[in-house]
Amino acid sequence: MTATPIYNFAYLDEQTKRMIRRAILKAIAIPGYQVPFASREMPMPYGWGTGGVQVTASVLGPDDVLKVIDQGADDTTNAVSIRKFFEKTAGVATTTRTREATVIQTRHRIPEEPLGESQILVYQVPIPEPLRFLEPRETETRQMHALEDYGLMHVKLYEDIARHGHIATTYAYPIKVEGRYVMDPSPIPKFDNPKMDMSPALQLFGAGREQRIYALPPYTQVISLDFEDHPFERTKFDKPCGLCGATGVYLDEVVTDDRGGRLFVCSDTDYCEERRGGQA
Amino acid sequence: MYVAVKGGEAAIEAAHNLLAHERRGDPALPEITAAQIREQLSLAVNRVMCEGSLYDPDLAALAIKQARGDLIEAIFLARAYRTTLPRFGYAEPADTGAMHIRRRISATYKDLPGGQVLGPTFDYTHRLLDPALAEAGSAPTPERAAAAESEASPHVTALLNHEGLIESNRPHDPAAPVCDVTRGALAFPAGRDLRLQALARGDEGFLLALGYSTQRGYGRTHPFAGEIRMGEVEISFVPEELGFEVPLGEVRLTECEMVNQFAGSADAPPQFTRGYGLVFGHSERKAMSMALVDRALRTAEFGEEVVAPAQDAEFVLSHADNVQATGFVEHLKLPHYVDFQAELALLRQLRAEWEADRAAPPARHAEAAE
Amino acid sequence: MSQSAIQPAFADASRGAQAVFRSVMDAMSRPGRITPLDAGFAPPAPLNAAAAAILIALADFETPLWLDGPLARHGEVAEFLRFHTGAKLAPTPDAAAFAVIADPASAPTLGAFAQGTPDYPDRSTTVILQVERLTPDGWQIAGPGINGHAHFGATPLPGDLTHQFKNNRARFPLGVDLIFAGPSEIAALPRSTRILEAR
Repeated sequence: MTATPIYNFAYLDEQTKRMIRRAILKAIAIPGYQVPFASREMPMPYGWGTGGVQVTASVLGPDDVLKVIDQGADDTTNAVSIRKFFEKTAGVATTTRTREATVIQTRHRIPEEPLGESQILVYQVPIPEPLRFLEPRETETRQMHALEDYGLMHVKLYEDIARHGHIATTYAYPIKVEGRYVMDPSPIPKFDNPKMDMSPALQLFGAGREQRIYALPPYTQVISLDFEDHPFERTKFDKPCGLCGATGVYLDEVVTDDRGGRLFVCSDTDYCEERRGGQA
Repeated sequence: MYVAVKGGEAAIEAAHNLLAHERRGDPALPEITAAQIREQLSLAVNRVMCEGSLYDPDLAALAIKQARGDLIEAIFLARAYRTTLPRFGYAEPADTGAMHIRRRISATYKDLPGGQVLGPTFDYTHRLLDPALAEAGSAPTPERAAAAESEASPHVTALLNHEGLIESNRPHDPAAPVCDVTRGALAFPAGRDLRLQALARGDEGFLLALGYSTQRGYGRTHPFAGEIRMGEVEISFVPEELGFEVPLGEVRLTECEMVNQFAGSADAPPQFTRGYGLVFGHSERKAMSMALVDRALRTAEFGEEVVAPAQDAEFVLSHADNVQATGFVEHLKLPHYVDFQAELALLRQLRAEWEADRAAPPARHAEAAE
Repeated sequence: MSQSAIQPAFADASRGAQAVFRSVMDAMSRPGRITPLDAGFAPPAPLNAAAAAILIALADFETPLWLDGPLARHGEVAEFLRFHTGAKLAPTPDAAAFAVIADPASAPTLGAFAQGTPDYPDRSTTVILQVERLTPDGWQIAGPGINGHAHFGATPLPGDLTHQFKNNRARFPLGVDLIFAGPSEIAALPRSTRILEAR
């Protein structure tokens, strides 16, 4: 019978990495198209970022510097856990500084600091199919993508407008990639959508449970779906960050007491700390 | 003054320590061993092997201990280990007809070649809590029924097949590629081989509920338990470099063949049809549920209309895996405050607009409705 | 098995494959950009080192390979690839996940390879063209991965590759992705790239 379990270096075996790498290359060649891949069970649960972790594990090399964020922050428990996983299994250098990172794995945010050509942003994706909540069947949505039939999505957005006066989607806001595929940007706030357009960095998306990988190559046109009379609007905050005073950034609302006290602070903790002179 | 939450790493470590402490329970009591779990909680071990798709009673027992008895967590541990193992190839098809039978019953024939073998079953126990088991004691020695093991036990469905009263299984094509849901993304339409594999790995509770729903009319299949057999089957493998079969050992399997009514169609005569269940270890509930759901998923194959959840392959297969399901359900525990903030801002805006709207003169409504 | 087939490929299989993959990923994400690729070993001729490194890094028993006439005629090449990747040889170009072309003059057209299907455009062939030289001039190209436009050329190439690649682009999202494998550098033109101007 089996003795003590022994795990492979960097957890994934070489055959799995090759399979994921091939999927990544196809994803880059067909921007916005969801490439099926044989996602593996990972030592963290589905929904915790297994897709992102598999993509990162397949991309990482010994010279990379990894940053992991969740909700924009390096110190949220899941970000800490994933960072430790890679420190332990791949022995890779890690950082919390956006600027120093060559690979950034993220859940729900894009860093405030503009990314450069030498950086790769890896997104954790729960539901990769932008049409899924309009049509639950994979057989149907695959057909819609094949035929470039996105009428359903436009109807949904237009119903929002009829009902609320504007599009009522605030995160995972659908985008159109290079005029072809409609894509789910993962549950980032729509505030971050414009950062995807013509980004110098390569953006990779991994959905483990749903077994899909997709990509935005650098300098790829990304348009948030809208209507001429109802153009896409980025979320605006009417206050600056309560800690560093930054404006034009995404803010978290922190409840400070039970009498309605609220503090709005940068969701991107690295950005906020840098502005405050590195004193955390 | 608000200070950004730090120290996630220390908090995680402390939580893990606490978990280990809770796992041990009262230190005044002896610690349970994996071997005890393997021997005395063997049906839990069987479930973990089956849904973990890893036939290794020792590792399954270890996983149950580590998971504090949470079987889905234990299945997850087994799966996460299994996925790192190198793949040498695919075993030869298991011959369940040659099973060393420990239990074998048919609900369709009173007696049949090989006989009915009751085996270790809860079926006719009275469910009365047994105070004697609360204390350690000796278990009775079983009587051996050697006859049943030596006599050939053909499949009940094979007996029906002689008369042409049940559909024939498609002959096995050794050259056909083996579908493997652990090596390729689930794609639809899914062939029966892929469906059966996904069901064998699927959550027992989910399949039980779906199978039950077919009995209550949501995709009724008029099933009879043609046969349920449990015992050891030899598994063999043909290494590429040798070119001949090498036995790898025995695994315990439970197999269920349901016999289902079928009225016939323009192309097919009226005949019985099959629903099939096969699982690692001893689990009749799972094998029977699987067989019911397998038959339900063959609805379209018989030209019948898909009307019930159990007949919908995309619905069933996409949601049968409990490791996927528990991950996604439980991931709601992870922070979502960025998206929640976005929703909060929208809700505040909608509320402000709604209140402004109510305060405004009616003419504005007409305009807004355009 | 002959001596050259069992020569080692990457000194460190895991790191070697990772480094080659990153070069290919860089090349594929920035079409036309010439990207260094140091295989660190010499495969049997006429297979070139970059093409061999790409296959060893990315091919395995799940990806059938197609070799053009000159490569197929040298039994050592197939032996070498089979030993290092475990990949089967594809009987026809349209059954291949990867294809290698050593002789551009006799290459099949791009349309002869697997193009993918409307539902699964990823089920297509990645075509590796062995070339002697990659140059930052030649075609003017644009598309995802390119900031504005870029220039790229390679020699020798099939005579009508410009025309063929334009047809390939017209089939988007179907089509093949091209990797140009020079002696120690590579460049790629994925199916998303548009050729604005031929040289």
